[in-house]
Amino acid sequence: MKVITIAKTGDEETVEPGFAELVQQISGKELRQCYHCLKCSAGCPINFAMDWAPNQIIRMVQLGLQERVLSSSTIWLCASCETCSTRCPNEVDLPTIMDTLKEMAIQNGIRSQQAGIQTFHRVFLNCLREYGRMHEVSLLALYKLLTLNPFEDMGLGIKMFRKGKLNLLPSRIENVHELETIFRTFGESKRSKI
Amino acid sequence: MKLSYFPGCSLDGTAKEYGSSTSAICQALGLELIEVPDWNCCGASSGHSTNYLLGQALAARNLILAEKQGLDMVVACAACFSRFKKTNIALKENAELRGKMEEIMGIPYKGSFQIRHLLDVIYNTVGLETIKKEVTNPLKDLRLVPYYGCVIVRPHELTQFDDEEQPQVIDNLIEAIGAESLPWSDKTECCGASLALTRVDIVKKLARGIVEMAKEAGAQAIATACPLCQANLDMRYGEDGLPVFYFTELLGLALGIEGKNWLERHITDPLPLLTSLNLVKGE
Repeated sequence: MKVITIAKTGDEETVEPGFAELVQQISGKELRQCYHCLKCSAGCPINFAMDWAPNQIIRMVQLGLQERVLSSSTIWLCASCETCSTRCPNEVDLPTIMDTLKEMAIQNGIRSQQAGIQTFHRVFLNCLREYGRMHEVSLLALYKLLTLNPFEDMGLGIKMFRKGKLNLLPSRIENVHELETIFRTFGESKRSKI
Repeated sequence: MKLSYFPGCSLDGTAKEYGSSTSAICQALGLELIEVPDWNCCGASSGHSTNYLLGQALAARNLILAEKQGLDMVVACAACFSRFKKTNIALKENAELRGKMEEIMGIPYKGSFQIRHLLDVIYNTVGLETIKKEVTNPLKDLRLVPYYGCVIVRPHELTQFDDEEQPQVIDNLIEAIGAESLPWSDKTECCGASLALTRVDIVKKLARGIVEMAKEAGAQAIATACPLCQANLDMRYGEDGLPVFYFTELLGLALGIEGKNWLERHITDPLPLLTSLNLVKGE
């Protein structure tokens, strides 16, 4: 970890020289060959809502700006739609790298402004662990409650229920104990802390 | 032809009409679907977003159960399909992951079967010629835009199916059942489904944009092959939206299957449009 001063602005910035190497090692994906043609950022459907464009995230990883990257909203907003990876002339697999960065952020206890999305993932996986399948009513209710937004989508939820799109009771798979073993085996990420 | 079938959670919940129309058309077209026994949620997208190995393991359990059936596997949901394709590669490349999963399940994994999206099976295995012969209720005068969304067709190295930027399969299916397929700009745009509950603002903007473009192209309705796309476009536009059909529903109607119980489940009611074109009988 090194603190550098940016000549133009005088701002101090923390740099982790080994960060790019670590991200490559964990994700198993190359990112050094990115030459910032911006195809990923031009095609990204969520770019308008991100704090940094996808290629800027890659650039910041290349530069070792670990804190900025792991606390960014971009990594959480990526929809894994694969537009970027499909169009990249250098075959950089951005969605997989974004997943790695999210996992690293969780491992290091970094909460981004998108904490609601982290909560959603936790609620989703807990539901899966409990039943083996997704139960939308439990997921919706618990998530909206935990994020203190219980009335968002309530109208839509009622419409969906009337149309028979929501099952009130969850169905549990038979061998849910196998999922419990999977969660115990893989649930705690084995990946290295920074 | 017998196939192992992975419906996925949506087809049992928010997308029940996709599930029931899939069963109906497969039966009509001579495909016998045998559900993967005791399948679990594939984990998309919370699994892979937060813990790589857990994400792979959740999908892997299904692949191991499916391979044991000794059949090729057909998947109806785009997200499950994409996950399984990725996990199949991970299981082959990562001996540790494979070993642990084989131990948990007590079943070895070779990955010696095909994983295919339903659209691929209908188009490439059943084929347009057979479908054309079976059509009894051509969807005449129905103007549709084909909507593929993201991960059914891309990245091509993974999906091995149709063109990733300018796919044609749904276009050609629409034409084969007598409807009109319109060219438009947004056929492979992403609807943002993975943020459907967490960032409603973003998803509304994306869904609205796609439906607006469909309207601009002159479409009366949208045809899709993904339960998440359908849900988003159907639910997030608000008033004056367009009906959003699963391709299986359209195929079902063209094959003369009574599909009221599918169509009644849509949030944007498609019955007025279909009744006005005499494609379903009015009340």
